[in-house]
Amino acid sequence: MSDTHAQTVSYVRQTMLAPQEPPRNQTGAVKWVHENLFSGWLNTGLTVISLLVIFWLLSGISPWLLNSVWRAGSLSECRAILDGTSGACFAVIVDRWHQLLFGFYPPELYWRPVLALVLLFVALAPVLFTAIPRKMLAFSALYPFIGYHLIWGGSIWFPITVLLGFGVGAVAYLLVKKINNLAAIFAAILAPVLWWLFVAGPLESSLHSIMPLGLDFVRSDRIGGFLISMIVGVSAISLSLPLGILLALGRQSDMVFIKTVCVVFIEFIRGVPLITLLLFASLLLNFFLPPGTSFDLILRVIIMLTFFASAYMAEVIRGGLAALPKGQYEAADALGLDYWKAQRLIIMPQALKISIPGIVNTFIGMFKDTTLLVFIAILEPLALANAIRADTNWNGIYWELFIFIGALFFIFCFGMSRYSMYLERKLKTDHR
Amino acid sequence: MTEPVIELPVDRKIDTSHMKVTDEVAIQITGMNKWYGTFHVLRDVNMTVNRGERIVICGPSGSGKSTLIRCINRLEEHQAGQIIVDGTELTSDLKNIDKVRSEVGMVFQHFNLFPHLSILENCTLAPIWVRKIPKREAEETAMHFLEKVKIPEQAHKFPGQLSGGQQQRVAIARSLCMRPRIMLFDEPTSALDPEMIKEVLDTMISLAEEGMTMLCVTHEMGFAQAVANRVIFMDQGQIVEQNEPRAFFNNPQSERTKLFLSQILGH
Repeated sequence: MSDTHAQTVSYVRQTMLAPQEPPRNQTGAVKWVHENLFSGWLNTGLTVISLLVIFWLLSGISPWLLNSVWRAGSLSECRAILDGTSGACFAVIVDRWHQLLFGFYPPELYWRPVLALVLLFVALAPVLFTAIPRKMLAFSALYPFIGYHLIWGGSIWFPITVLLGFGVGAVAYLLVKKINNLAAIFAAILAPVLWWLFVAGPLESSLHSIMPLGLDFVRSDRIGGFLISMIVGVSAISLSLPLGILLALGRQSDMVFIKTVCVVFIEFIRGVPLITLLLFASLLLNFFLPPGTSFDLILRVIIMLTFFASAYMAEVIRGGLAALPKGQYEAADALGLDYWKAQRLIIMPQALKISIPGIVNTFIGMFKDTTLLVFIAILEPLALANAIRADTNWNGIYWELFIFIGALFFIFCFGMSRYSMYLERKLKTDHR
Repeated sequence: MTEPVIELPVDRKIDTSHMKVTDEVAIQITGMNKWYGTFHVLRDVNMTVNRGERIVICGPSGSGKSTLIRCINRLEEHQAGQIIVDGTELTSDLKNIDKVRSEVGMVFQHFNLFPHLSILENCTLAPIWVRKIPKREAEETAMHFLEKVKIPEQAHKFPGQLSGGQQQRVAIARSLCMRPRIMLFDEPTSALDPEMIKEVLDTMISLAEEGMTMLCVTHEMGFAQAVANRVIFMDQGQIVEQNEPRAFFNNPQSERTKLFLSQILGH
């Protein structure tokens, strides 16, 4: 087999070569270690230094963690047991975990928030994983009402009459749609509002007097701990995504009025610190509402956090929209899809896919921002940590409480982060 | 002057038995003008396309040829004059626009397939959502047209897994699934390697053989010579010359056309 030579220009290959195995040291663990840990003097040095740092950190923390006390009635008892050695006092968690999780929720009713949490995962499953039967989405749609009723309790007719409002909206839409599409949209908004304002209240009380069904009512100020972080976080997350999408579309709109409203909203919310919005919600909002109306602090906070997150969400999604080639819009138009169908079937699936890291980033950030509620006297975990420290038994304990709270948040935030990576892999169809 | 040699890159006989130009008007453009800002892109364009016509529009870049066919399904808005497609005038009325768009198929230079949907879903999306055809029926139609463009085996892949030529054929099939009465081609082969140009042209020829009304912006003069019944040459936003292909290539009248042809045919 002679290959080409400079002297002989003409060359015809006689036999084609079969593929061969790569050399032994180019595969498997040996290759990985060589490439990733010891590929040169600099990398070998960095590997060694990293190992030393990890060893130093672990040797510093592990004795404290391993030598921890789990059974004690107070910090001084802990110290007596430790007898001068270094060690964590996780007895405080054993003693007060229920407060950190539920605040001052009545202990005999703990099953209700726990059941609400379990059902939350059931409701989320079909939203997060397409393999789950689509009919389960009906339960997801009902979950807000079930969750509300489980946590707050009260008459069962309250969530039912509120839910009926949406039914009224749907009926109004279908009836008016025969006459005019635009009018149907107004009817679909106006009818439920009228229902909630004038019909729902009397209907609820009359139904309740006929058939008093329900759970014991729990006041909002008794709800606290990680429960409140979950309530506020999950509500604001699930509301801010659709609102963010609408704001992003509004900002791109050709209609000047809608565009201006969206731009002003986004820029105002992004320009103001979250804590001022929360203080506004807790202190000032009542002054702006008609006298006599007062609605729950938790609800006000959810609204403010939703606004806050949706402004960021809108900008993240706008980035995704900007990354789409113009040809996608043109192809959708050329096939005769109208604006909403094009958005829903072509534009949003792609824009949201591009924005997944940014969207989840906003979610995680907002979930952790719920700890700011400590400043408006809501009993979220950090507020309770302060309360626990105020107890003479546990005065002076810091790390253990914060480690526990941190671990709780970490589980959920890490879960969101892993889910977003799973989603990105699953939706990767462009094969670049 | 010798006749220029224009070769069709596709090695096949063309069956002209169904290529019939009728008297029925498919597209009527009268006194159409368009500006981008202050730039006058299309200047007083008048043009009638009868059903069954196969028109090739050529011209130097920036001559407004793409803009012209994009006006026909209102991807671009014209500011003066009248465009009537299949009896529907294009105005700012969204209903008319959607009606025209669902009757007129369009194939783009860069394919513009939807990368998040499979080939089959690309083809069934508009029939299901615009035409309200049941999913199963839409899938049958889609497979029929994917077979016609000779890639039924790719139906469950994603656009990113296909070659450029295959993607362009899918794009043609996607348009055909809407059963359009008119097809617009906006430089369908300009982004393709020579080998792939062949397969796309082959598909376009089959389409012409079935009697489809076609408007093609293309530099494939072989295609124009073999398939078109009329060639339109545009420059500076106006129609400079139009003729049946033989006369157009062998005996161009305007100086501008002669220059263009000598450049593009290379002799």
